[in-house]
Amino acid sequence: MSVLLLAEVSGGELALDATAKTATAAAQLGEVTAIVCGTAAAADAAAKIAGVSKVLLCEDAAVANGLAENVARLIMDHSAGVTHIVAPANNSGKNVLPRVAALLDAMVITDVIEVLDAKTFKRPIYAGNAIQTVESQDAVKVLSVRTAAFDAAAEGAAAPVQVVALGETSTLSAHVEDKVIKNDRPELSSAKIVVSGGRGVGSQADFALISGLADKIGAAVGASRAAVDSGFAANDLQVGQTGKVVAPDLYIAVGVSGAIQHLAGMKDSKVIVAINKDEEAPIFQIADYGLVADLFEAVPELTGKL
Amino acid sequence: MKILVPVKRVIDYNVKVKVKSDGTGVDLANVKMSMNPFDEISVEAAIRLKEAGIASEVIVVSIGEKKSTETLRTALAMGADRGILVEADAGGDIEPLTVAKILARIVADEQPQLVILGKQAIDNDMNATGQMLAALLGWGQATFASELKIEDGKAHVTREVDGGLQTITVALPAIITTDLRLNEPRYASLPNIMKAKKKPVEEKTAADYGVDTALRLKVIATEEPAGRAAGIKVGSVSELVEKLKETGMV
Repeated sequence: MSVLLLAEVSGGELALDATAKTATAAAQLGEVTAIVCGTAAAADAAAKIAGVSKVLLCEDAAVANGLAENVARLIMDHSAGVTHIVAPANNSGKNVLPRVAALLDAMVITDVIEVLDAKTFKRPIYAGNAIQTVESQDAVKVLSVRTAAFDAAAEGAAAPVQVVALGETSTLSAHVEDKVIKNDRPELSSAKIVVSGGRGVGSQADFALISGLADKIGAAVGASRAAVDSGFAANDLQVGQTGKVVAPDLYIAVGVSGAIQHLAGMKDSKVIVAINKDEEAPIFQIADYGLVADLFEAVPELTGKL
Repeated sequence: MKILVPVKRVIDYNVKVKVKSDGTGVDLANVKMSMNPFDEISVEAAIRLKEAGIASEVIVVSIGEKKSTETLRTALAMGADRGILVEADAGGDIEPLTVAKILARIVADEQPQLVILGKQAIDNDMNATGQMLAALLGWGQATFASELKIEDGKAHVTREVDGGLQTITVALPAIITTDLRLNEPRYASLPNIMKAKKKPVEEKTAADYGVDTALRLKVIATEEPAGRAAGIKVGSVSELVEKLKETGMV
């Protein structure tokens, strides 16, 4: 069994947490070769992840921005003899893997939460309201891994790094620019604590209450779809069925009603706290600690007392 | 130019899904069905390109059971020009790879310059059909679009990516998959719903396109997710602070 793992790279650097969690799933399937589209430092970081036995580094600018045509081509160039192709189930993995699967005439298996054996996997459907066990009939299994469902592989290995070139560059698409919001907060998908704001926060200005609480306790900031659609928060903060799926140790939902689609993205958090003035809000049905209160009074008080 | 928009009939997004007690799937009997919300966004995007004089015709296609005709009529009422129904039975959900293969054949017949698809269907949550179709056609792809402009033979697309937004250009013909923020789909007016009944819908089957619908992912079981134990309500912020401190996380 031989597994190709597409490492997650952001701004040339390795996204260690997501890659190490995906490596845990990949190592259950066989010997892991990681593909890194980024810098030599990113490749070195990937080489240290336990379970990774080899790293292929491609520094070609054509794959640096994750353009699917080229990254898929790079994976195909190294797919001979491979039994599994694996990537984190985030936007970059989901952009590339189905393209690879179709090139291999295989069906992609999205958002795997459990590996049962080399061809049998569990995955959520209907926004996590059902869990399906599927057995792949394909020669090569192509799967994206929901990182929140796996522990990160330890560091300590020292796998060899081999520099590889992209055989053929596609010019079908071209990168123009990235608008990435930089801040010092922990990354949403891997944070230990997440503070999320919903429609109840009311405005972009008042969303500062959410980020203020988050900063006080070293948390990442999340948001419901309603808050993102209303322009209170950036799109990459959306937690839910079609946004990010998180499972932190502590999730504090403020002014979030708790639509099924939002719950799909956070219900596996260890401890859930909900603050909402509507005591009928569905979020209270899954919260460990619920506080029925006006968030504009409760959040400043909570921030002060923590 | 022509635009092709695939639309899927799925459980309405407001319905609470129930798993069948025998573990064979989810209960679809007597449940409200609607167009996949991301596909509504795709139809809206295509119609806006037609209204802007960029597209000449918007063709909608639905693959599945005969009742998918209703989904096509909804898209026609929004403003699409004609529909194609492809009846297919896979003994379960029709997989994205199968759908992409049928769509590739329709693309060969219709020669659209753009195929606009929803980024995922809210039933199987696969997020795959657009990318697979792009691979089968050898076209470029711009997934998770939150802005779309057509200029100089290219699609200029802002994409929702993990850390924020990314702008790329893709040469036409191209595949676009839509994200939530691209637009707000219109409601069909009553006169347009009446007009849509007269718009042409061609009826085909998967066999007409020579595509095998056999499932690649055999479903072994479908089960309810593990539930959460009910929690408690706290009476004040101070009590909440106490509980949080007990967890040792703050």
